[in-house]
Amino acid sequence: METLIGLLVAAPLLGAAVLLIGGRRLDRSGHLLGTLLALVSFAFAVVLFADMLGKSADHRTLTSTLFTWVPVESFQAQVGFQLDQLSMTFVLLITGVGSLIHIYSIGYMEHDENRRKFFGFLNLFLAAMLLLVLADNYFLLYAGWEGVGLASYLLIGFWQHKPSAATAAKKAFLVNRVGDIGLSVAIMLMFTTFGSFTFADVLPAAAKAGSAQHATITGIGFMLLLAACGKSAQVPLQSWLGDAMEGPTPVSALIHAATMVTAGVYLITRSGAIFNAAPDAQVAVVTVGAVTLLFGAIVGCAKDDIKKALAGSTMSQIGYMIMAAGLGPIGYVFAIMHLVTHGFFKAGLFLGAGSVMHGMNDEVDMRRYGGLRKFMPITFVTFGLGYLAIIGFPGLSGFFSKDKIIEAAFAKGGTEGWILGGCAMLGAAITAFYMTRVMLMTFFGEKRWVPDAEGHEPHPHESPSVMTIPMIILAFGSVFAGGLFSLNSRFVHWLEPVTGYSEGDSPVSTGAVTAGTLVLLVVGVGIAWLMYGRRPVPAVAPRGSLLTRAARRDLLQDDFNHVVLVRGGEHLTRSLVYLDHSLVDGVVNGTAASVGGLSGRLRKLQNGYVRSYAVSMLGGTAVVVAATLLMRAV
Amino acid sequence: MSASAIAPSVHSLWTTAAPATEKFPTPHIEYAQLSPTLIVFGVAALGVLVEAFLPRKSRYTAQVGLAVVGLAAAFAAIVALAEKGYGTTKAHIAAMGAVAVDGPALFLQGTILLVALVAVFTFAERRLDPKAHGRHVDSFAAQGSAVPGGDQERAAVRAGFTTTEVFPLLMFAVGGMLIFPAANDLLTLFVALEVFSLPLYILCALARRNRLMSQESAVKYFLLGAFSSAFLLFGIALLYGYAGTVSYSGIASVIDGTAKTTPALASSTQNDALLLIGLAMVTVGLLFKVGAVPFHMWTPDVYQGAPTPVTGFMAAATKVAAFGALLRLLYVVLPGMRWDWRPVMWGVAIVTMVIGAVIAVTQTDVKRLLAYSSIAHAGFILAGVIAIDKSGVSSVLFYLAAYSFVTLGAFAVVTLVRDAGGEATHLSRWAGLGRRSPLVAAVFAVFLLAFAGIPLTSGFAGKFAVFKAAAQGGAMPLVIVGVISSAIAAFFYIRVIVLMFFSEPKADGPSVAVPSPLTSTAIAVGVAVTVVLGLAPQYFLDLADKAGVFVR
Repeated sequence: METLIGLLVAAPLLGAAVLLIGGRRLDRSGHLLGTLLALVSFAFAVVLFADMLGKSADHRTLTSTLFTWVPVESFQAQVGFQLDQLSMTFVLLITGVGSLIHIYSIGYMEHDENRRKFFGFLNLFLAAMLLLVLADNYFLLYAGWEGVGLASYLLIGFWQHKPSAATAAKKAFLVNRVGDIGLSVAIMLMFTTFGSFTFADVLPAAAKAGSAQHATITGIGFMLLLAACGKSAQVPLQSWLGDAMEGPTPVSALIHAATMVTAGVYLITRSGAIFNAAPDAQVAVVTVGAVTLLFGAIVGCAKDDIKKALAGSTMSQIGYMIMAAGLGPIGYVFAIMHLVTHGFFKAGLFLGAGSVMHGMNDEVDMRRYGGLRKFMPITFVTFGLGYLAIIGFPGLSGFFSKDKIIEAAFAKGGTEGWILGGCAMLGAAITAFYMTRVMLMTFFGEKRWVPDAEGHEPHPHESPSVMTIPMIILAFGSVFAGGLFSLNSRFVHWLEPVTGYSEGDSPVSTGAVTAGTLVLLVVGVGIAWLMYGRRPVPAVAPRGSLLTRAARRDLLQDDFNHVVLVRGGEHLTRSLVYLDHSLVDGVVNGTAASVGGLSGRLRKLQNGYVRSYAVSMLGGTAVVVAATLLMRAV
Repeated sequence: MSASAIAPSVHSLWTTAAPATEKFPTPHIEYAQLSPTLIVFGVAALGVLVEAFLPRKSRYTAQVGLAVVGLAAAFAAIVALAEKGYGTTKAHIAAMGAVAVDGPALFLQGTILLVALVAVFTFAERRLDPKAHGRHVDSFAAQGSAVPGGDQERAAVRAGFTTTEVFPLLMFAVGGMLIFPAANDLLTLFVALEVFSLPLYILCALARRNRLMSQESAVKYFLLGAFSSAFLLFGIALLYGYAGTVSYSGIASVIDGTAKTTPALASSTQNDALLLIGLAMVTVGLLFKVGAVPFHMWTPDVYQGAPTPVTGFMAAATKVAAFGALLRLLYVVLPGMRWDWRPVMWGVAIVTMVIGAVIAVTQTDVKRLLAYSSIAHAGFILAGVIAIDKSGVSSVLFYLAAYSFVTLGAFAVVTLVRDAGGEATHLSRWAGLGRRSPLVAAVFAVFLLAFAGIPLTSGFAGKFAVFKAAAQGGAMPLVIVGVISSAIAAFFYIRVIVLMFFSEPKADGPSVAVPSPLTSTAIAVGVAVTVVLGLAPQYFLDLADKAGVFVR
């Protein structure tokens, strides 16, 4: 069984290597190979899962060490895997949703001449993401962390002939680097504090650490949070996710909705022992989560681009997860549960959006959709089920997972609990509003279609079954996963041995929370219906209020970054350049000029005459002989 | 000797001058242990026979085949000897005390053989020059003895002659180089020096293009080489006068005072002037061969004039052989004298590093640039030599192996960049090469980075090893000068990279010839060794470390 863990990573890695090295000759079969290897990986995951279920809860962790990667005295970085319930959850999500999206991409990317390369990158992503969640130490996790970053960069910029895609890829890469620095600093701190960076060493040590190490552990927590902010697009490192929608839609579904962006949640949950020992860091985590869940939701309300609206939603939903993870043992389980259900419905929503774009000449502006439900019945139904799941319609996945997070937020207790719970409930209302808006603008109302740039009239049609079948499967997940997990608290029992769980002490009853959330849901849907369902949607966006305009500009995040970071950076570099030119270059150029001058003079000694050369040798010999004798004399 | 012991003491009263019964001992030769050298010389002799008896048409194939097989067989013999433990536990002195078979000797001989094997590929290259009268031609003159530009030469070119004698000449040179670092007495040292130098003088004169420059370089090399040989020989004579023997261990024991002194020698062994002057002059002879300042003046002229494949071979293999001999001389014969020679060698190393690096800054010809670079590198290696301990030996061995392949590869790349007049060696002609031939320029950039000692190349690992050895040996100032010189040197290496990649290509710039698999193999080997020794040097450092003990 242990070998299977390595094979889990190896299969997509092999696919990436073959597809990327194989070159053009694999163009005709590459997508099938890539999909097959994703499915193979999923099959391994299922076998491991079945094996794990057969064991008792406390003996489910499998470990496997392949080799020592970096052996430097006490710094021993192993390529070692650890498969426990938390990793298993991720592995099933990654390989399962990953395989579905591979299948979907066969249809979606059919006419792209670089389809083989696309599948190679997708396989690379799967391998890196699996490495991230299977690593048994932070160092190897970091390798996977950077690997998914690379895959994300390559896939956002997949259509690099578009300047906007190339810029978006660079932006994602740069912003992620800021977060990555956090992770690398955290690893360094761990190594200097605990002398190790394996989970097995660091986490128990952090739990037992005395007050002397308290400050360091808080520091590690903050650095891990920084890393999570970068990868999971949380405030203040959220600005890249909207632009990342420049990538092909399957990429947005897999990487920028279902899996990679949730890596931050994984990191925080996995490092739970560190955060439990650092309450200050936990406060920072819940703050980031609460701010982002509102931030993303507000941005999602104002976007007319269907993918950007969904991106705002992703940001907001991950905000929920981060907030839950910051609550400590009362929240870890629900963070992961929401992560999984979100993986289903958000991937389904993105695939639905891709299907719509597929039928509408790649149009993304929702103001040019309208009335599509008759033309794309399957897309409409699957998208609709995803919609109901995300707003938390009773009985569907989102209802169970999101409600639990809201309850957990109240259970935090005190003023903090009320604030967090309030934010979460407000977020639920806004979610209902913006998702209803997307739904209404896309599938209901008048046709607002316009010809594309080359004058082709859109002829919306249902997508081929290779695309619709994955959407249908994901829709099933969106509907049933939440209920399945919540039955008898199954998911809580499953994850508890790894993450720990405590009930918390909620000042509000479960029923009250559910009822309040449902009321807010109805309010959100109702407002959206009033604004977009009852009235025709204008084909050109109205000017809108100050908040709307700000939200359209992503709540001015880019303007903030530009003013504070770009301008400030420019001033800093300009003054450094000035110093460099006037001072450093002066010294350097002076030295260089004198070396050059010396060189020019010495060069004249080489005059080409053997007689001069011989004299130089004779003189040299005389000096050597004299010096040797002189050494003896002194 | 046994005869004199048995001789009755009364008899010796009568004839003190010459014991009549002294017999010339039958030389005892360990053929198996000397097999690498013997194979190479055998193949060289066969090559001469090929020239004499085979028709012109089939000589090229026969010679190339012979040389490759011979060198490979010799290398296999080296590996077999090392496997049997001759490099470590069974190291001893063969051929009546004339030749050492030990770790450094085997390591250096192995390096020389591999370098020569790759050099044969560049010698055999026939696709770079355009066809002359319908025949493929190589880098060598149609007929070496013809007057440049004369009727005879024209006739030879028309007839499609080629100088296939270069292969036996190369093999003779290799044979001499194999003995040079293994020589265990001063006479063998001198003979080996001449055996490998004379073929090199001839090879230098054989360029197909720029024949006058090529011949000029050969004459210069020969005159100055003869001059330095004279110093060496004079030094040998003085040392013999001092110690009464030419054997390394014999001289060493006289210096240590552990040898039995005969009355006849008593007066001269007291005379340290003989020893010191002799030591200085022998050292000068070897410093000439490694191209150390101020005995370096021949290097740029000869490197520039010689046919480029010869330059590559000479720059790589001569340096290996000569440093090997210098190491053995200083470590086996003169360790007792280190307080006398170390300060002088310090001075030579410093001057060599600085002058080599500084003059290279203003060079405009790529072959001359590489020549000055080789001078600077000689200085770096000297820094390791001065360390005078085991890590010094192993670091120098590693450096030599790393450096020789970089050099060979770099000169092989130089043969590819050509215009109507043959190789375009002026640096201005290399501007923008990276735009037109990215692969060739990238490969050359790898070699330049290795020369500069940038990490992840063999150059870095080698430089690090010698500087570390020198620092541990207490020569910190030398290391500082070395690092400063490296910084100066980095300037002109990087300048070439900048020139190749960041300047506009010239409209009438040179073209890059498409080489046959021969030169491609040579360059590929160079890149591979450079990268492998740079990425994973530890195995080879260990190997050099194991081979780092001289037999005495």
